[in-house]
Amino acid sequence: MSEMMTGAEMVVRALRDQNVEHLFGYPGGAVLPIYDALFQQDFVKHILVRQEGGAVHSAEGYARSSGKVGVVLVTSGPGATNAVTGLTDALMDSIPLVCITGQVPTHLIGSDAFQECDTVGITRSCTKHNYLVKRIEDLPRILHEAFYVASNGRPGPVVIDIPKDIQFAKGVYSRPKDNQHKTYRPTVKGDLSKIKAAIDLMSKAKRPVFYTGGGVINAGPHASALLRELVHLTGFPCTSTLMGLGAFPAADKQWLGMLGMHGTYEANLAMHGCDVMINIGARFDDRITGRIDAFSPGSRKIHVDIDPSSINKNVKVEIPIVGDCAHVLEDMVRLWRELSPQVDKPALKSWWGQINEWRGRNSLGFQNSDTIIKPQHAVQRLYELTKGRDTYVTTEVGQHQMWAAQYFHFEEPNRWMTSGGLGTMGYGLPAAIGVQLAHPKALVIDIAGEASILMNIQEMSTALQYRLPVKIFILNNEYMGMVRQWQELLHGGRYSSSYSEALPDFVKLAEAYGSHGIRCSDPAKLDDAIMEMIETPRAVIFDCVVAKEENCFPMIPSGKAHNEMILNDFTGDTKTVIDAKGRELV
Amino acid sequence: MSVSHYPAVSFDQTVRRHTLSVIVDNEPGVLSRIAGLFSGRGYNIESLTVSETEAEKHISRITIVTSGSEKIIDQIKNHLDRLVPVHRVVDLTLQGESIERELALLKVVGKGDHRMEALRLATAFGARTIDATVTSFVFELTGATDDIERFIKVLGPCGLAEVSRTGIAAMARGSEVM
Repeated sequence: MSEMMTGAEMVVRALRDQNVEHLFGYPGGAVLPIYDALFQQDFVKHILVRQEGGAVHSAEGYARSSGKVGVVLVTSGPGATNAVTGLTDALMDSIPLVCITGQVPTHLIGSDAFQECDTVGITRSCTKHNYLVKRIEDLPRILHEAFYVASNGRPGPVVIDIPKDIQFAKGVYSRPKDNQHKTYRPTVKGDLSKIKAAIDLMSKAKRPVFYTGGGVINAGPHASALLRELVHLTGFPCTSTLMGLGAFPAADKQWLGMLGMHGTYEANLAMHGCDVMINIGARFDDRITGRIDAFSPGSRKIHVDIDPSSINKNVKVEIPIVGDCAHVLEDMVRLWRELSPQVDKPALKSWWGQINEWRGRNSLGFQNSDTIIKPQHAVQRLYELTKGRDTYVTTEVGQHQMWAAQYFHFEEPNRWMTSGGLGTMGYGLPAAIGVQLAHPKALVIDIAGEASILMNIQEMSTALQYRLPVKIFILNNEYMGMVRQWQELLHGGRYSSSYSEALPDFVKLAEAYGSHGIRCSDPAKLDDAIMEMIETPRAVIFDCVVAKEENCFPMIPSGKAHNEMILNDFTGDTKTVIDAKGRELV
Repeated sequence: MSVSHYPAVSFDQTVRRHTLSVIVDNEPGVLSRIAGLFSGRGYNIESLTVSETEAEKHISRITIVTSGSEKIIDQIKNHLDRLVPVHRVVDLTLQGESIERELALLKVVGKGDHRMEALRLATAFGARTIDATVTSFVFELTGATDDIERFIKVLGPCGLAEVSRTGIAAMARGSEVM
């Protein structure tokens, strides 16, 4: 099946053949032929964003919530450079994206032409792979290969840079094939002998813990189901990274809450005190490990990861298993059932006893108030009032993000979209737009801060244009809260440039964008205001005025170990908890 | 509690030199992808050579000499291996004995005794004289890196003016192929 068509037509045809329904983009000179081809069909719907950075984050939200590849179309030069932050974000968080960038015509490349930049050079280190298409004959293969590379192995962003003359050139189109790349074949099945060794180690554990991450989400809903089965079969406790929330249900008795810098006391102490750690699809990131030479000193570690370069990168493990989480979990569940090993029940019982003692510290407890809304309380109420609904949550980056992770609980995968690795402020609103397009009937909430939301506020226009009823729930403390908290802990409380001065009136801003604005500063009126937000059938900006100098606890101060957390009831001097060496860390 | 923080101390920190052979698709940007990996993650490149080895399949062979602890070398290999256009990565140093050769061109400028001494040394080292004028020679020497470095050292006092080296090409001994 081959047909003659122009390069631009091939792009649109390939998107259709890859089942792409939504494309996020912004037109410009070097992609006009592709926009013309889009105009002449109605299978692929183009979503016009207001800045290219928004397009990439929208595609990330779309991909993360649907399991599909997110697709972006931007022009050359500034179109491509504006996309760089989103591409890096997707690389860090392993989100499958295909980003098509226009380029000046082949004969002008290298001449410093108008809106020319070295897109493949700039994006080489922030993509999983990238292509500059120099011959029309290569275009169909590259288009399909990009989808294959983005979604196979460890997912990531792929850029295809297409010069304008190639978009006009005519060539023969070919349809996608299986195994589209000639040599790229990531390992998905784990080594059975290692899986057996892992099962053996797990069966003898006295103080085990499952430490799971975004890899479980990326391996699809099936992987989450298998994880639940394995955790229930073994009876072990389970914690997760920020990226992995939802893979294991928060309502489950075996759930310890999130771990890491702002994780729960029980999760972090279980990590510190365990004798067997089962890492499934997480990468021993520095937000998780804290001080690495004191990280989980007495444990033997199993690490399942599809990316061999994640193994032994930060922490040395005894049993590395390279493979896709779903495949490895399937083998683990099968082997555990076959062998039905005799676990050390008394040891596990006393381990759970210890964990319950830690739980008793109630590390997420906080001092509530009748007069001012506490940010933790706001998230708790938002969670309670949206329970049972078809809800998806995105966030920006900062204190509100951590409070959302701590107090909003997830029972299912793909419901939680946040910028973990790169920590990109401005991620939440465009991501929410992508999520809402993938799930038109769902309740999509961007839990935001007043500083972060202004980084991509222009995307309100996109929400208006496509009638997307996204809810923006701003925890407004008039500070870049996390920056302020670190300045309190590290820099003597000198709040250099972290006060959010000259804020807009968010209610009026909502109205200016044709959406609905709500402001609430009274704890007694909070529930009604949240219900008003939920029931408004269009976009809402909710300005939730909260306590200004609340710190996000618990916290492992930088440079400290899991057992050196500070909790909400910390009474010492916050200005001296981090030593000089710890201050150098981020 | 000790005051040390990151990085990890639980790995063997002994630094060793490794020669890696990397088979890649000969496509635009592949060399820059590899060089970028080394600079972006702070690894050393001591020598790097690249050339197409199978033209009809568009396959090139890259030989990289790098150094680092066992952990770093493992990371380098894993990061190389996950690049999409990389087919195979082989650590020749771990594979056992391998042959390493490089080629150097050396220009000696001068007159009189120095000139004669340079020619005598070249003969002793088995270098070929590939250009000669009344005031200069260009020698070509192929050999292991140590031989070339020794030759450069002894040629220094004899008016050595310019050196150009190819970097290392390497291959495992015996019948095994990549």
